[in-house]
Order: sequence, then C-alpha cells, then structure tokens
Amino acid sequence: MTATSHPLSAAVDNAPVELVARHLPWPLLVLLATAFGVLPWLGNDYWLNAILIPFLVLSLAGLGLNLLTGYTGQTSVGAAGFMAVGAFATYSLLLRVPGLPLPLALLGGGLIAAAVGFLFGIPSSRIKGFYLMVTTLAAQFFLEWVFTKFPWFYNYSSSGTISAPRLELFGYSLASPVGRYLLVLSTVVLLTWVAVNLVRSQVGRNWMAIRDMDTAAAVIGIPVDRYKRLAFAVSSFYLGVAGALWAFAYLGTASAGSFDINRSFQILFIIIIGGMGSIAGNFVGAAFISLLPIFLNQAGQWLFGGHVDAGQLQNLQKIIFGALIITFLIKEPEGLIRLLDNLRERLRVWPLRF
Amino acid sequence: MTFFLETLIGGLLAGTLYSLVAIGFVLIYKASGVFNFAQGAMLLFAALTFVSLQEQGVPFVLALLLTSVVMAIGALIIERAVLRPLVNRSQITLFMATLGLSFIIEGLAQGLMGAQVRALDLGIDDVPLFFGEIMVSQFDLVAAATAALLVIVLALLFNHTRIGVSLRAVADDTRAALSIGINLNRIWQIVWAVAGVVGLVAGLLWGARQGVQFSLSLVVLKALPVLIIGGFTSIGGAIVGGLIVGAAENLAEAYIGPLIGGGITPWFAYFLALIFLYIRPAGLFGERTIERV
Amino acid sequence: MRKTLQYSLVASLVLGLQASPPEAWAADDAQFIPMATYRVGAYASSGIPWWAGEIDYFRYINEVEGGVNGVKLVWQECETEWNVDRIVECYERLKTGQDGAPTAFFFTHSTPGSYALMEKGAADRIPLIDGGGGRTESTDGSVFPYAFPILMNYYSQASVGINYIAGREGGLDKLKGKKIVTVYHDSAYGRETQAPMKLLAEKYGFENIQIPVADPGNEQSAQWRQVRQIKPDWVFLRTWGVSTPVAIKTAARFGISVERIVGDVWAGSEADVIPAGSAAKGYQALAPFPGGTAFEIHQRLKQYIIDQGKSDLKDTRYFGEVYYNIGLINAAIAVEALRTGQKKFGNRPLNGEEGRWAFEHLDIDAARLKAIGFEGLLAPLKLSCSDHEGGGAARVQQWDGQQWVLVTDWIRADHQLLRPLIEAKSAAYAKEKGITPRNCAAER
Repeated sequence: MTATSHPLSAAVDNAPVELVARHLPWPLLVLLATAFGVLPWLGNDYWLNAILIPFLVLSLAGLGLNLLTGYTGQTSVGAAGFMAVGAFATYSLLLRVPGLPLPLALLGGGLIAAAVGFLFGIPSSRIKGFYLMVTTLAAQFFLEWVFTKFPWFYNYSSSGTISAPRLELFGYSLASPVGRYLLVLSTVVLLTWVAVNLVRSQVGRNWMAIRDMDTAAAVIGIPVDRYKRLAFAVSSFYLGVAGALWAFAYLGTASAGSFDINRSFQILFIIIIGGMGSIAGNFVGAAFISLLPIFLNQAGQWLFGGHVDAGQLQNLQKIIFGALIITFLIKEPEGLIRLLDNLRERLRVWPLRF
Repeated sequence: MTFFLETLIGGLLAGTLYSLVAIGFVLIYKASGVFNFAQGAMLLFAALTFVSLQEQGVPFVLALLLTSVVMAIGALIIERAVLRPLVNRSQITLFMATLGLSFIIEGLAQGLMGAQVRALDLGIDDVPLFFGEIMVSQFDLVAAATAALLVIVLALLFNHTRIGVSLRAVADDTRAALSIGINLNRIWQIVWAVAGVVGLVAGLLWGARQGVQFSLSLVVLKALPVLIIGGFTSIGGAIVGGLIVGAAENLAEAYIGPLIGGGITPWFAYFLALIFLYIRPAGLFGERTIERV
Repeated sequence: MRKTLQYSLVASLVLGLQASPPEAWAADDAQFIPMATYRVGAYASSGIPWWAGEIDYFRYINEVEGGVNGVKLVWQECETEWNVDRIVECYERLKTGQDGAPTAFFFTHSTPGSYALMEKGAADRIPLIDGGGGRTESTDGSVFPYAFPILMNYYSQASVGINYIAGREGGLDKLKGKKIVTVYHDSAYGRETQAPMKLLAEKYGFENIQIPVADPGNEQSAQWRQVRQIKPDWVFLRTWGVSTPVAIKTAARFGISVERIVGDVWAGSEADVIPAGSAAKGYQALAPFPGGTAFEIHQRLKQYIIDQGKSDLKDTRYFGEVYYNIGLINAAIAVEALRTGQKKFGNRPLNGEEGRWAFEHLDIDAARLKAIGFEGLLAPLKLSCSDHEGGGAARVQQWDGQQWVLVTDWIRADHQLLRPLIEAKSAAYAKEKGITPRNCAAER
C-alpha cells in the first residue's frame, strides 16, 4: 500500500475562484414546498410508507457516512452498527425517561450513537486505509452482538426486538403514514441544512484537507487525530438518528438483525453511487439503491410475469443490479450527482453544445 | 489440561480452513490491490460447479479440472470487464465493484445451478481420532494437510517461475514492473485464475463440512480478521493469522463465552484483530509504508 | 456512453411510473393472495419448494375445484430475499389487493417479518399468517386481533420436544435429573424457547442448559466440545439454515449420538440433513409439517398438477419435500379459512376484516381433514378469538439416510402450562401500547 490515492473530487477540481454569491435557491425551495405541501396529500399509503420514508431515511444515513468517508476520507463499513445504537438508544430513552418529547429522544439517541462512534474512531489515529475498515467491521459485529445478547437493550422481550413507541409531538399523533413522513422529512431537512453548513465551515475544510492527504494536513497544523474522531462522532450522530427513524418511522420495529452488515454495504453503495463528498449525491444514491430493486422487481413482473420461471427472474434481477453497480462505478467515478450536474450544464446552454 | 489442549488443537486445525479462504484474498490483493469481496461468491460458484458436474456423473479428477477451467475463464472475464476499466481507481471503488461482482456471481450460481442444498462427499471420514485423551478430527487433519500442500505449491509457483517473479515485481512496484515490460493484464488474469482455484479448494473443504449452499459465500467474513492479523500481502501471514484466529476463537468460546453469555465467535476474531492492529498497524507480516507529502 | 446512461435513466423512470399496476388477469370477483417470496439468496433452498407447494395447491383449487366455492384465487409474487425491509415494502405494495381483488390475509412466513408488520397489520386490518412461527404472545387474539402464529407457536414447539423426550424416557416423571441441552441459533427465533424451557425444567426437574450458536454458524466445534463436556442425555437442536447440518456433523465428530438429538420444526427438512451425509442417519425432528408423498392430497396433486406439467416445481424430485408440504399445509389452511368466512359473508372474495373473522372461526376437524386429503399430514385445527394458534401438535420424523420416516403420531403441547406465560406477555404488550384487549367471551 503506497500513499492512498484519492482522486480529487469534482468539487475540489473545479474549486471556484471567487466565493459563491448568495442568492435564493429557487429550485430547492420548490422542491421543499412540493415535499412538504404536495406529496403528503398526493402520495398514497404505498408511496409514503414503502418508497418515500425509506428513501429519506437512507439518504440521511448516506449523509452521515458521507461526512466520514466522503469528506474525511475514513472508510467505514460499520454504518449499520451505529444506526443500531441510535435505534436502541432512542428506544431506551423513550421507554425509561417518561414524558420525554420525541425530538429530544431522537437527539439523545443520536448523541449516544455519537459517543459510541467517537470510541470506535479512536483507533483511526494509528490505523489507516483498509485496515481502518476492519476496525469499523469489528464495530459492526460487536454492536450487533451487544444488541442481541443483553436483554436490557430490548426491555427483556424474548424475541430481542424493539417496537415503536407511540410517535407523538405536542400531543399530536404521528402514527399515520403522513405523520411519519412529515417527521422523517423535517428531520432530514433540518439535518441536511446543518450538514451543508458544517462542511462549508472550518471543520469541513479541515476534514477535506485530511481526506486529501492526512500527513500533509498534519504538516500545515491541523490536529488530524482530533478531527478524525470528530468526524466519527458527527457521522455516527447522523447514522444514529437515521437508525432510530428506520426502526420507528419505517419498519415500526427493529432488532439487531435489521442493522446487519448488508445494511452497511447498502449505505456505502449509496454514497459511492451517489457521489462521495457531495450532499445532494446522498439523495440521488439513496433513490438509486433503494428504488432500483423495487423497480426491477416490478418491471420484471410486468414484462415477464407468468411467462418466465419466477426464481430465474429474481436471479436475473440480482445479476442486473450487480452489473448496473459495476457499470456506474466504471462510467461515473464521481457518482450519479456528477451525471446530473453535467446534464444541468448541458441544459443551460441548450440547444448549443460544446 | 486435556480440555485446553484439545480446544487449542481443534482451534488451530479449524484455523487452517480460515487460512485457505484468506490465501485467495492475499493473492489478489498482492497483484491488483483489490480487496476482493467476491472471493466468497467465487468459492460458492466453484463448489456448486463441481457438485453439479459430479451429479452429471463426471469423475472426481475430471470435475476438478473442468471446474478449474471454468474458474480461469471467469477470471479472464472479470479482468476484462471489471478490473481493466477500473484501473487506478481508489481502493474503495474497487472494493464496491467486487461487491457488485458478488451479486452477479451469486445470481449466476443460483440461476444456473439451482438453490437447493447439496451434499458433497470427498471420501474423508469425519470421525474423531484419539491421541491419548486428546480428540482430533480426521477431516481437520486432511484439511490442514491440503492447506500445507497448497502453500507449498504456491510458494514454488511464486519463487521459481517467471510468472511468480513477475507477480512479485508487480506487487512491489507496479510502475517499475510495467516499464520493464511485464504484461500487467496477463498477471492479473493469472492471479485471478489461481485465486479461483484456491477458492475451489476452500469451497470443497467447506462444502464437505456444511453442504454446498449459499452460505458458503459467508465464509469471507471469517477470513477478514485473519487477513488483518496476518497482513494483506503475505501468504505466510494468512496461514499464521488463520491459526491464531482459529485457536483464539475456540479458546475464547470455551473459557470467556460462558462468562458473558456465549455466542461470541462472530466478533471475537475482529476484536483480536483490532488489538493486533493497534500494535502493528499493517498486520504481522504486512509491509509498512512510508508516506511522503 | 454518458448519453446512453442518461437516456436509460429517463427511460427507466418512465417505465417505473408505468409499471405500478401489473398483472391484468386479476378481477374484482377473485380473491387476491399476496406472496412475499424468497427465491434467491441464502434461504432460497427453503423458499423455492415452499412457494411451489402453495402455488400448486392454489392451482389445484382453481383448476380442479373451480376455486373456493367458485371464487378464483389470484396471487402475485414479490421477492424479499427474506429481508425484513423488503417484506415491509411487499406488504405495503400488495396489502390493498389488486385490480379490485381484495386481500384477506398476508403470509409473512418470516418471524422477523411478523414482528415488523405486527402494528401495521392491526392498523390496516390485514391478518398476518405465520404458520409454525411468528410472535408467540400473539396467540392471545384478544390483544393481537390480526396476528396468527397459526398451527404451532414456539412455546408449543419446546413443549412438544420435551413431551417427546419424556415419551422416549418412559414418562414425564422420568425426566427428573436428566440433562437436556438446547443448542440454539443466537437470534430472536433461537431464544424464543428459553422461557418455556425454564418453566418446563422447573416443573419436571430436568437440568436445562442453553448453548448459543452465533449466526451463520458454519463453525461450531467450540459449542459441541462444550456439549461433550456436559454429557447430556438429550440435545434439543434449535438451529436454522446452515447451522443445522454443521451441528449434526460436528456432534457426530464429538461422539454425540445422533439418536439423542431432537431437532426443532425449522431444523427438520431435507436441506438440513442431506449435507450432513451419513452423520444425520437417525436424527429426529419435530414435524407439524411432515415430509413425504404418502398422503391423499399428494395423489390428487400428482394426478392433476404434477403429471400435467402444471407444477411450480422445476424439478419434481422435490415433490413431497418437507418445505413443499409446509407450503401445501399453509395453503390448505388459508383455503379452509376462506371457506369458513364465505359461510358467513357469502361466496365472494373477503377483505382483511372478514379474513380475520374467518381465521378466528376456522375449525378443521378430522372428517374435514380426510375430505381435503390431509389426514396424517395435518392435525385437527380449531382457532378462536382467544386462541390464534389452534393446533399445537406435531409428529416426530426420523431421517433414515434417504427420507423422513414418521415415527410417532401427533404429540400435543402442554397448553395449560404455557398459556399463563403467553397471557402475561400479551398483557405486558397491551400495557406498553395502550391496547384495550377485546372481550373474547362476549364475542361468542
């Protein structure tokens, strides 16, 4: 392993010479207005429960991992482990602290996840690259084991599962699909806004310096170890909140098995397919990874249902899924977000091209 | 004391089975810098192909040969379609690509050869042998011997053939190797093919023990800590790492497990790997790197 | 190439929007049955024969009997790979039925899936059917109106296992002082029998030792070395997937007689013993779903479905496998429930609420079993508002190296002993969730 070669991300490559002038981001506002105002009334149960909620939660988890991997350059395959911490911690808080409002419980769950992430981030001062990945794998397996082994975490239920406490906010029930959707959406929007500002701040810039080359960052006086640990903590906070939402707003119940290694891989896919070191990329990646299997399944049924053996059809879908991932990795090293950016650039000068 | 010795020996022998899986990783990592998560899927594919051939009445040796050929062809395709376009990409991209690859191989394996569980009989009795009071499994002994044989063959291959020397040159310094005219793509093809054959051997031994089925692809998770302890770049390290993990896992389950509720094997190996990493950040036998700004 | 990618993205979006309502053949005079399958992935070896059994039975009902009292059955598959989140998505996609054909029940066929859907099912009024699995305390239908751990919950499995062992020892009083080791898959499924085993051990005075095997369980020498140290009289094996053949093989390696190992329901299929080879000969397992083709229904299916080439099985060698029969039994229970419901609501497709009524009033007696060809394959089953399990009996089958041989008649679980445990748990759930239990006595 020679010096780790991270190709510079697009953002760095085309770094603006002057600071971006602040103007009202109209498209974003329209998007938000649609998400808050229109979708809840248009979307039926299926769209809200099975598509939009998991998509938003996975985007948030991707965002969390992206802060660590995409912005700070610390590879982690233990994302789901930290999601589990968030879910179980939130559950414990709601169960054991009577009268705690939901937002505070989510915050608390996130903070506990952050503390655990901080702990598992300590080795990052000595261990780098792929070997660090294994630290996070260890975290993944260890946390899974903890949450199956110690009944205290799931209130001594025989099955080891935790179920959603009553979702309430200021006396309003959020148990309906629309309520849960709005809860998830608000959380995601708020945390995304925080993340956008965070990566633009000194902290974010230090993270990116560490990502691009940590030895160089140390040379110019950035306290590398401290910022790495901070990245682990912040990332785990996001993952923790995402885990709690996944358990309570989407599945309605969770056990350690809901946060297994495959979930970690799924989140890693989201950021790599979406775009490392990009906030919007998480949303694109999450849409791709969470919707593609559903889409393939439906398209398969629609095109071949009843004619082709069902088992073969499913295998074919799996193969296509794998092939698409490899294709995107080959064709778009900087993620789908780059593809969309290019498209936007092209549209701006349409019909001219150069 | 007998119990301790028996656990230790049993663990060491079980460890050789982990080593076999780890060797496949080391080969590929050395030659192409890819952490090949699809090794598990390759193992599954190899074992399934072999069993399917045997079901068709193909004799043992021929089935072995045919499967090796299939794995070699697979290696050619992978090199061409996945590795070559991704050359010079970051390690994590390559890792994710092998994850995608594992979906494809798993889908192909189940699609082509069916999902039902097959028995695999290698003709080795899995009966206990007693040395004094200590019980040792005959199967484990055979597995250990196979691993030893495989390592010897690989060592000969890498130390005494042109391909082996080229491989070591590539592992040492890819650019320098290219500049003296070593065909990198050829080396990759060969190494992936060899890794496929190693996967076949590992797949057969694991398959004989647990049946040839999908969960064969999960043994990769057992090999990861072995790699950490032994280092990603050393075959000897993979062997030693496997022995350490096997022994430690069994001893821990026997002595620590009852104290904290048991079932600790999945993470104990990783925990052990962490401790090793802290002491030696590049594994026991890995090469240390010097970073320059 | 980039352009191609962009076009394909757009094309797939368009396709995706159109693809939502597939399958044109469903109609509003048919009964819709959602199927969350797992035909790929780690559990495909059980899933493929399972759904073949269900589909073959539904086809038989449609084609030979002309539907359930004339109401045709239509179904739609949805692949989950046994992932809980995919099961939830499939449930959401299919719960409202299709093209007007309503959904009367949802086969979860996954204990984690049953847990995940527990509250959604109650809110949407869709009965969740999980034969031989599910959430044990949902047996108490007064708290869980829409969950049915039908046929045999996990507590009953523990109880039947102990009753069988007692039978072999010569009576329940002979259990005193015996050592019974439970080797279990360290998951919600595996741990579910700890509470009833503790209770049974206290009552009968045997020593209850629990040894966990971590998922996936492909290396178990540490566990079986422990078992050998204990020198148990019996081993109750509650593993799942690959951990079962590995357990049987490793036990043989450590010199533990396979005749003293009793497997649980989910450790007793062909896939569990074939990989273990000769080591599995003599292994016994609980069978609420016995294997084999020696039953009347298999004759009928062979004549009308298998020999006509209409079977969902790609390879008819697997006809009569344990998992195939699991599918048959689940399908038959569902069809009988639909019949029960139609007696009250008329011969038309039922919705979820009517489906619940139907399952709660399901009563398959011995005569009915004979009529539908399930004699010996299924024990008489009678559900009620307060008992969503209904059966609680299993036979025991033994592997002779080639096939499963049934060695006992139906062995019943000790419901009286276990019921208070279940009620305590369901009451706790009701309290946690603020549910007022239904008054089952008043509903009669």
